[in-house]
Parts: sequence; structure tokens; C-alpha cells
Amino acid sequence: MFRRTGSVSTRTAIEPARLRVRWLVAGVAAVVLVTIVSVSIGPIRINPWGVFLQLLDEIPGVHLNTGLSPRDSAVVTELRLPRVCLGLLVGSMLALAGGCYQGIFRNPLADPYLLGVAAGAGLGATAAIAAQHAFAVLPAAGGSGTPYAIPLAAFVGALIAVALTYAVGAGGSRYRSPATLILAGVAVSAFFTAGQSFLQQKYVETIREVYSWIMGRLTTAGWHDVLLLLPYVVVTGIVILSQRRQLDVMAVGDEEAESLGAHPRRTRLILVLAASLGTAAAVSVSGLIGFVGIIVPHAVRLMAGSSYRVILPLSALFGAAFLALADLGARTLMSPNEIPIGVVTAFFGAPFFVIVMRTSRRV
Amino acid sequence: MRKPPALALAALALAGLVVSGCASSSTTTTPSQSAAAAAFPVTVGDITLTQKPTHIVSLSPTATDMLFAIGAGAQVVATDKNSDDSDFHGQPKPAKTDLDSYTPSAEAIAATNPDLVVISSDTNKIKDQLTTLKIPVYVASAAVTIDDTYRQETELGQLTGQTAGAAKVVADEKKQITDALAGLPNRSKQLTYYYELDQTLYSVTSKTFIGSLFSMANMINIADPADADGKAGGYPQLTAEAVIKGNPDLIFLADTVCCQQSAATVAKRPGWGSLQAVTGGHVVPLNDSVASQWGTQVPQLLASIVTAAKAVPAS
Repeated sequence: MFRRTGSVSTRTAIEPARLRVRWLVAGVAAVVLVTIVSVSIGPIRINPWGVFLQLLDEIPGVHLNTGLSPRDSAVVTELRLPRVCLGLLVGSMLALAGGCYQGIFRNPLADPYLLGVAAGAGLGATAAIAAQHAFAVLPAAGGSGTPYAIPLAAFVGALIAVALTYAVGAGGSRYRSPATLILAGVAVSAFFTAGQSFLQQKYVETIREVYSWIMGRLTTAGWHDVLLLLPYVVVTGIVILSQRRQLDVMAVGDEEAESLGAHPRRTRLILVLAASLGTAAAVSVSGLIGFVGIIVPHAVRLMAGSSYRVILPLSALFGAAFLALADLGARTLMSPNEIPIGVVTAFFGAPFFVIVMRTSRRV
Repeated sequence: MRKPPALALAALALAGLVVSGCASSSTTTTPSQSAAAAAFPVTVGDITLTQKPTHIVSLSPTATDMLFAIGAGAQVVATDKNSDDSDFHGQPKPAKTDLDSYTPSAEAIAATNPDLVVISSDTNKIKDQLTTLKIPVYVASAAVTIDDTYRQETELGQLTGQTAGAAKVVADEKKQITDALAGLPNRSKQLTYYYELDQTLYSVTSKTFIGSLFSMANMINIADPADADGKAGGYPQLTAEAVIKGNPDLIFLADTVCCQQSAATVAKRPGWGSLQAVTGGHVVPLNDSVASQWGTQVPQLLASIVTAAKAVPAS
């Protein structure tokens, strides 16, 4: 026990607790680079210089002759750019929430879906899809339903699941530990997943659509989804980042953190609320994209340092870049069709993570 | 309290200006069009085509069949990969693509420069994405009744400038269906049937499109009680016991291609050997894909149902 404490303190002494400028620059550069590359590549070949000019042209007050046809310029501004931005936002949110959960629960396996967000959103989305089918198939020829029913149902389902987890895991006894909350999350997830499986079995023709939602996709048309998600990511992101110092203090354990003047329970509640709200919003527009919330914070931890003052901001940046890059793969690898992005994140993310893990000094 | 109405009036006036502006601009363009394209601009539902489409992309095998039947085949430049088995009505097939109607890339569709895209389901936000690129998308969803088939054929006719061809196809189909039904003998007791989608006994009720064809042939579906409230969306899963209890006069297999089912395999199932349909030799194999479409092959499908029904002797 004594030895371990000793090694931790030496480690903190060696590692930078502050975010180094070069890592911050690398993160921003990754986001900018991935954005430019993603917007330039797609099934339609468009002159990259024209794309670059088109991006500059989007800046208010700048008017350039991009040389692109109206179709190509619409492809860049209405399909690719909003989709890349959506990927950046969702990736940033999931990685940030994942890093945050890992800190709150002092558990390296924590991911943004730990407290039931995925299961709740899954049940919500499945219910909405099933309802659309039930009402569209039977009474005459129905429409395809409202486009925002699925995101809304997923969002509400996710919030209900997390609220339930918190009520079950943190309510009642004063002596609850973070582990109780994780177990409550497992129970609530199992319950909601059972509900989802039942619905899927009952409305078997919805399986394809539900499945495609579960595998995640960033398909978007125009800027609506981006604008819908942006406020959640900005607000919850600021809240989470503002607590990064508290997370470092909490790493020593609740009692010691309290003796250092921190308020672990309050901090945990604030962070769980912020991370869950942000994740719910992200999931409601993109479906369940796995892996980002686990591997990005860990990769950052292995490369840049284990302080949350380093992990959280860098996870937001590299998470954004990683997901946008994965979506580039989802759009182009199987052209003219698309691959679910969840497949791409796991397929390329897992080996990448293993490489980082094996080559890093800090394991 | 006085300001809002004034504001609302101003907004209304503005909206009026915009609307009248649009209206006048469209009326000014119409006379300039040539006589050959007199039918255009055409509006069907929420899409308007200013001229006859010549680069149609079809991502639905049924729509491909309909387009070729009504005489718009030459205007189709590309189809999805499932359309490859469609009925091209003796005309040359358009370029085959690897486009999958389930997760197509909107950009890949746009790359073919289409002036009309026809889809049957919009699972990947294809319609929204193509609409932002100003590419019109017609959604021909799976039909629920035969009237949906007629409506889609008629609307495709309007959109492609093939109204006469579409009218002829619809008239022919109506006649074939009337002729087929006219051959049905009068029975004191209606025939019962079981329609199999796969060997896990998923079936259809009379509320589905395929079920409606059997209702036209005056047959009773033994799967109807299994989804009386419509919660299974018209596709209930039966138990073997329910089928045996229902003891249908006829069994239709729509799983001959996918799952290699046949009269022989059905007869071998435990407890099925004594069913009336099996002992009487009234297990009817159908082609899975023909049975899952709602296009021009429907009258033929109905005719084969009627033929099977005629073969059952009066009890």
C-alpha cells in the first residue's frame, strides 16, 4: 500500500499536470486537418483547391469565385461540411464524457454509456420506429412519420434511464459508493435492453432500421442536426472542463478529497448530469457509436499524461478528429454504399489502441 | 395588445408578396416551353419537375419494374443492385450499379447527375440529402392495397411524361385482375389459407398488401387472429400448433428461394402431414421476390392464387 502511494506520487511528480502547449496545438491541428481532408474527399471527385476556396467562401464577409459547379458546391456545403461538423461534435462529446466518467468512477472501463444512456436511448428509438411502422402500415398508406420523433424519443429514453440509475444507485443510504451507481447502471441497462428486445421481436419488420440506429450513423442533410446538438455540447463541455481540477483531486478517493477541501459527491452529481445530458444529445442524433468514449481518453492518457487537466481538453479535440476521420471511412470505403460508423470506429480504433498501449511507457 | 395583429398583418402581406412573386415567376416561364414538353412542369406530391426527366435513378426493384412497364425505361440511367432481377419488359437493362437501396450514399447517387430519383424507403435520410442538392426524390413506399400500385404507376407516368403508357398499364392490370377473379367458382364455404414468409412461421394478415390479394380471392387467412389488434404490423409469428389447429385448405410458400421450402419439406414437418392442404396437394410454391413486390407482376400473382383456389374441390 505504502509502495503504491509512493509510486503514484513520483509519477505525478514526473508527469506534467498542466496541459502542454504542443499537445494543444497538435489537437487543434488534428481537428483542422481532418476537417479539410474529410470535406475534400467523397464519392464525387471535387477539386480540393475549389473545396478550400468554398470553405473560405463560407466565412461571412468573404466572397470568392470557387470555380465549383452549383451541384459540387452544394455537396460541399450542404452534405459534407455539416456531416463533418456533426462528427466533430459527437466525437468530442463522447470522448469528453468517457474521460469524465472514467474520472468520476475511478474506473478505466467506464464509457459514456455506463449509466444506461445507450439502453435508454435504444429503447426510446426502437419504440419510436415501431410506432411509426405500426401506424404507417395499417391505416391506408401512411407517411413516414415525423423526422424528429426518433431523436426526441432517444433523448427522452436516455435521460429517463440515467435518472433511474441515479435514483436507484445514489438514493437512500448516505454511504453509497460510486460502485453502487455502476451496478445500478448495469441493472437499469439490462431492464431497458429487455424492453427493446421485446419491442424488436414484436415488430420484427423494424429490425433493419433499429439495427442501423444501433450501429450509429452521421448521415445528415443540411445544418439542422448540427444546430440541434451544438448548444448541448458547448454547455456540457464547458461544465465538464471546468471541473477538471476537481477530478484530479477526487482521484485520491472520496475521504481524502474531502479532507483536501473538495466536495466529491457534489462534483460527481454535476459531472454525471453534464456528461449524461451531453451523451444523450449526441446519441439522439447519431445513434450508438461505440469505442470513442473509451479509447480516445485512454490513448490521450497514455500519450500526454494522466492528469484530467490534460485528458479532458485533449480528449475533446482528438475525439472530434477521430470520429470525423472514422466517418470519412464510413462514407468512402464501401462507396457507393455506406458502412455503419460504429463498425469503423471499432475496426480501426481497436488496433490503433493496441499499438498505443504497447508502445507507450505508461502502462 | 395592438401591436401583434399589426405585425401579423405585415407578415401576411410579406408572405403574400413572396407567394405572388413565386406564382408570377412560374407563369412567365411556362409559355416559353416548347410544345413537346407541354405537360411540364409537373407537380406530384411535394416534388415538381420543370422538364421531362432523362436521367432517372431507381433504387427500388418494384419502381424499376413500373418504370420499364410504362415506357420510361429509356429514361432510366441506373438502378440499385436488387433491381437487376426486375422485369425490364424486354427492354435493354440500364447500367448496373452496386448501389444498395438500404444504405446508399447520397453523394454517390448525385454523382450520376440524376434528374429524378425513385426510392421505396427512406432509411438513410436519402430524400433530405438529395433534396438539399435540388435533386427531386419520389418515394414509392411498399403498397398496402392494390390502389397504391395503381397510384404509383399513374404518378410515375406523370413524372416521366409517360401518362398514356401508365394509363394503359393500369387499365391492363385492372382487366387482368377482373378476368382472374371472374374465374372463381362460387363456394358454400370460404377457403382458408396460410401464407408462409419463412420456416420460423412468420406470416402475413389480411391487412397487408399480399393479404389483400387473398381477400380479393375471397379467402380467409388463418393468421388473422394472431394479430387481431395489428400490433405485429400485420406480420405475426405463428406457432406450429396454431397452423395445425387452423388446418388451412391451402398453404402458400414465399420461402422457396430463401429457405428452400417445398411441398415435400412441409409434409415432413412434425404434425403437418395430416393438414388438408398437404393431403390434398394444395401446397403452392411462390417465388419469394415476386411475392414481395407490388408492381406489374401482381395480376399474375393473383391469377396463380386463383388457379390454386380453383384446384380445391368443393367440400
